[in-house]
Amino acid sequence: MRPLTLYILLFGLAAGTAVGVGGYAFVYARGYSYLQNDPAACANCHVMQAHFDGWTKGSHRSAAGCNDCHAPPGTIDKYLVKAENGFWHSLKFTTGDFHEPIRIRQKNHDVTEQACRGCHREIVDAIDGTHGAAEPNSCVRCHDSVGHMR
Amino acid sequence: MTNDTTKPRKKPGRATLIGTVAVAAVAAAGTSALLVNIFERKAESRNPFFRVVELDEKTEDPAVWGKNFPIQYDAYLRTTDMVRTRYGGSEAMPRTPTEADPRSIVARSKVETDPRLKTMWAGYPFSVDYRQKRGHAYMLEDQEQTRRVKEFNQPGTCLHCHASIVNPYTEAGDGDFLAGFDKLNRMSFQEARTHVQHPISCIDCHDPKTMQLRVTRPGFLEGIKALKASEGIADYDPNTMATRQEMRSYVCGQCHVEYYFKGPEKRVTYPWAKGLKIENILDYYEEVGFTDFVHAETGAKVLKAQHPEFEMWSQGIHARSGVSCTDCHMPYERVGAMKVTDHHVRSPMLNVNRACQTCHKWSEDELKARVETIQERTVELRNIALDALVDLVGDLKAARQAGRSDAELETPRSLQKRAQMMIDFIESENSAGFHAPQEAARILAQAIDTVRKAQNALKSTEPAVGTVQ
Repeated sequence: MRPLTLYILLFGLAAGTAVGVGGYAFVYARGYSYLQNDPAACANCHVMQAHFDGWTKGSHRSAAGCNDCHAPPGTIDKYLVKAENGFWHSLKFTTGDFHEPIRIRQKNHDVTEQACRGCHREIVDAIDGTHGAAEPNSCVRCHDSVGHMR
Repeated sequence: MTNDTTKPRKKPGRATLIGTVAVAAVAAAGTSALLVNIFERKAESRNPFFRVVELDEKTEDPAVWGKNFPIQYDAYLRTTDMVRTRYGGSEAMPRTPTEADPRSIVARSKVETDPRLKTMWAGYPFSVDYRQKRGHAYMLEDQEQTRRVKEFNQPGTCLHCHASIVNPYTEAGDGDFLAGFDKLNRMSFQEARTHVQHPISCIDCHDPKTMQLRVTRPGFLEGIKALKASEGIADYDPNTMATRQEMRSYVCGQCHVEYYFKGPEKRVTYPWAKGLKIENILDYYEEVGFTDFVHAETGAKVLKAQHPEFEMWSQGIHARSGVSCTDCHMPYERVGAMKVTDHHVRSPMLNVNRACQTCHKWSEDELKARVETIQERTVELRNIALDALVDLVGDLKAARQAGRSDAELETPRSLQKRAQMMIDFIESENSAGFHAPQEAARILAQAIDTVRKAQNALKSTEPAVGTVQ
């Protein structure tokens, strides 16, 4: 057998195995569901079960799902944030190395803050005016249970 | 074409080949590991427990329950841990075992650390031996070995809370739980002790068939019934009428309360018929005419507070906000994909992240500092109140030695009883004021004022000094 043939054959086997196992894992873990908008998908990762349960009782359940508050508008931005968070979530939950109760990172906090303002802009514009720029106002500092009740 | 040109091109090809295979192998192994991990998590969330053994009302040994609930059982076993917090808990103190008391480790003695307590309880077994509290695992052993039980006669009633009692009561009463309760109460502690085997166990809080929380202690069932009756609710039964969240406090309130042993039958009774506040409890004792002991130095008939955690918590902001004992002392923990109640019952100060941070979004250090500030202030107030009480005891003792009549001493003595009980209510309550900070401060202020009134009353009956003969 010529070395080149061997090379192609082994590469093919290796690549095929990786794609096969990876593909199976993706389907088994319902990875495709993360590409959609269904809030139930977020509870695929068991760490989010309590948040999902809380959302079903929260005041926003009929108005906004997970992505509406936790992903920015715009397809590219949305999937970039989802990919990054998805990576960290999987890594941390798989290794078990994370703070309990889980905490939102500043970056995601900012996304949520903008999401609040996206829908409630007309109301909060007036409130913001009185606070000036010294300390940026944060909606969830006071309204911390609107998304998911504890 | 010569070998000179082809050979160098072949070598990198082989390296790439090996490299690619290695990378692919690592990727495949990693993906498989992830796949297995996902599989395990899915399995965990699908089956929160596996029924390995059948549990029923006769299953007293927690190790048997532990076969079905290994995570909860492991945590339960860890109540043997001895860890101090700044104002509570217990560090392991070495002790030379004797034949009478085989313990090689005990908790620090509170009466030796603060002799003012000996003055407060003069003439009562608590002045002889009173130590810091250890975890649930030690409840039976420590009760058995304390000098309060060894050197004084105590009734079997103590086991109402110091042992797993569901089966012993049922067996002693030949199937009748309450008859067994009455029977064991009348025994001596030592005799009743032979009827029990375990410290508090699964069966004391859980229905073995459904795992639902349940109240088993007659003392609590009767106490809460009397309390609810005072609020206009007739025939209250927590096991059928309480919410799940209420039950998460009631199971603890079965024992972490103020109580007394009523009448010659030594029936454990919670003094709640007028309410849960200290004044309600003092009024109740006044009405039924109960006192614990006669103070050795002043001759006053006084009361000894037990450990009114449930009553104090009821006056605090956490109770008002619907936060149960369990939320802080047995917070949920994550084990794989499962959410489990932590059965390692302990101070929230040893578990700030899960106990406090679930609701309070501050750093651990900040939350701890807040709690310790409350406790530090309470302890300062408690010290002032104790000093005042010791002062009053001295004055009363002197007045007694000066030959003042019982009639003259009646008012100051009854005020001593009130002040002392109020201080004891905070002293014996495990939280150094945290369960209800303002209520603790209010009670201690009332105690200090009551001491002042007692001293004034003593003065007003004093023979006038320097009168012309």
